[in-house]
Amino acid sequence: MTQTEWDRDAVTEVIEQKKSMPGALLPILHGIQDRIGFIPEDAVPQIAKALNLSRAEVHGVISFYHYFRTTAPGKHTIRLCRAESCQAMNAESLETHVKARLGIDYHETTADGAFSLEPVYCLGNCACSPSMMIDHEVYGHVSPQSFDAIIDELKEVAA
Amino acid sequence: MITVYVPRDSSALGLGAERVANAIQLEAARRGTAIKLVRNGSRGLYWLEPLVEVVTPGGRVAYGPVRPGDVAGLFEAGFLEGKAHPLYQGLTEEIPYLKNQERLTFARVGITDPVCLEDYLAHGGYRGLRNALAMEPAAIVEEVTASGLRGRGGAAFPTGIKWKTVLNAPAGQKYVVCNADEGDSGTFSDRMIMEGDPFVLIEGMTIAGLAVGATRGYIYLRIEYPHAGVALNQAIEAALQAGYLGDDILGSGKRFQLEVRLGAGAYVCGEETALLESLEGKRGMVRFKPPLPAIEGLFGQPTVINNVISLASVPIILDKGGKYYADYGMGRSRGTLPLQLAGNVKRPGLIEKAFGMTLRELLYDYGGGSASGRPIRAVQVGGPLGSYMPESQFDTPLDYESFSAIWAVLGHGGVVVFDDTVDMAKMARYAMEFCALESCGKCTPCRIGSTRGVEVIDRIIDDRDRAKNLALLRDLGDTMLAGSLCALGGMTPYPVLSALNHFPEDFGEKSVAQVA
Repeated sequence: MTQTEWDRDAVTEVIEQKKSMPGALLPILHGIQDRIGFIPEDAVPQIAKALNLSRAEVHGVISFYHYFRTTAPGKHTIRLCRAESCQAMNAESLETHVKARLGIDYHETTADGAFSLEPVYCLGNCACSPSMMIDHEVYGHVSPQSFDAIIDELKEVAA
Repeated sequence: MITVYVPRDSSALGLGAERVANAIQLEAARRGTAIKLVRNGSRGLYWLEPLVEVVTPGGRVAYGPVRPGDVAGLFEAGFLEGKAHPLYQGLTEEIPYLKNQERLTFARVGITDPVCLEDYLAHGGYRGLRNALAMEPAAIVEEVTASGLRGRGGAAFPTGIKWKTVLNAPAGQKYVVCNADEGDSGTFSDRMIMEGDPFVLIEGMTIAGLAVGATRGYIYLRIEYPHAGVALNQAIEAALQAGYLGDDILGSGKRFQLEVRLGAGAYVCGEETALLESLEGKRGMVRFKPPLPAIEGLFGQPTVINNVISLASVPIILDKGGKYYADYGMGRSRGTLPLQLAGNVKRPGLIEKAFGMTLRELLYDYGGGSASGRPIRAVQVGGPLGSYMPESQFDTPLDYESFSAIWAVLGHGGVVVFDDTVDMAKMARYAMEFCALESCGKCTPCRIGSTRGVEVIDRIIDDRDRAKNLALLRDLGDTMLAGSLCALGGMTPYPVLSALNHFPEDFGEKSVAQVA
């Protein structure tokens, strides 16, 4: 496996800034993922050393939480809600459309690196189901048509 | 100058509230009309979002749902004077959905600017804290006990008793932790409070700190709620600047520090001991109880851990007295419950009412029936670990005891509506699948049982040895119910077996009607 290039200074900075907080590991992992988009596996020894933990412990925490990822995400991350309220409002057919439109399954990234797709179990937007989140924005009443329009707009901004 | 309100609530934003707000600013500037635009929380009338309100001499007038393209027409029709328009909804407070509610915890949500401390104070904010500062800790606990408040996260444990245990636990450092990991599908009341009135949660936590002698608080917020995080941090900063938090609260010499910490997408961290593990920087593995968190909680110290709504209900209890709060409700369910109506329903939203209304009133009088226009077939109350309820149970009053009597739970007050196109065997399978995905893995019934459960339901759906597998599913349900460490494995049988019991025809069995 080839190693992805990542910003070592940013990781060091986050660790130094947060390592003395009580229960610092999650804030550090969030900080790293916020800065560089993911938590590189070869950053684990440095995190472990700073917190006096074993590498296994740090790896165990990263792998426990669905939100943390160890590979670079696409430019935008789409989180599609699969929970009950959205299911009651046809989320399943939306899911089929989204996967077909992007040409990827959950936990994958489009070949052009534009979008990653992740399932999510409730965004607290259940009064406006079906829902999704793109990066930090929530979208309600999502239909196949509105999904396509949102995706096209994001692609235009990028182009 | 005319004041216009456009919500900053994330569901309203998800329907275009930001673009509506921008369009209103632009149109006002184009016409040379000076307006004051306030970004409020949501009133919780979600079928009308984005709901724009205009302050008129007669009161606040509502228009909704407003799209950016409607804005020019609204100005043309004279909405700044509260004039008629196809989106006109009349005086906001007179909309029956809102008017018939009993909003105690949600008293300010949708009314105030959520991050403006002056607005909070002008609407009765921090009166509870002022009272609490003049009281002995035991007296504060006594007031909360008298209110009858029970944990609104779902477990319904009496809040006052929990606080008393922490108060009486000797320790150098105690903590107040807010469980803001609202992961149940169909629930959004915590989010609405944190986005729409974050000060009420901060005030509630500060009072909890005074009551039990805790000087540090954490809000464990789920990562899926970024807007709530922004609002909370703005409000914490404002409270700190004004002396409502920090080393000398309002000159009393009392201390309370508050910090927001983020979860990372693990549903099980809504379980209180898993949450504490996560706050300590570990995997969210459920702890054995005892010891209770009240004795050995965060970092091994006595800890009050309560849900957002429980803590946000404390300020009004300390302001108006425990009796005032306890005068609402029925039986052993005192006060109000903010219900969240979601899924396939015509008028979804937030309905805060005293305990005791029936499910049917909620679904039809408030909800207006299904969104699709088809008959409502099933309702899941209390999140993904709550029972599915058929039409024959819709007359059940919404209170803790009435629900547990029919093997159902109120939980955090989420209600998800399904029409007659729902396949209940599929929903039962999903409940097991969800448990398998989210299990922390510590206990076997949950970790293995959920995976086996998916397989058993698949065999039932495929009609392979149906009778044998149905018996096996019930047996597995018993094992999970009795043998799991926490509610995740222990309550997954609720949606699974309630679906089987009430909708056997979806599992290839004779229907309840056919058996009768």
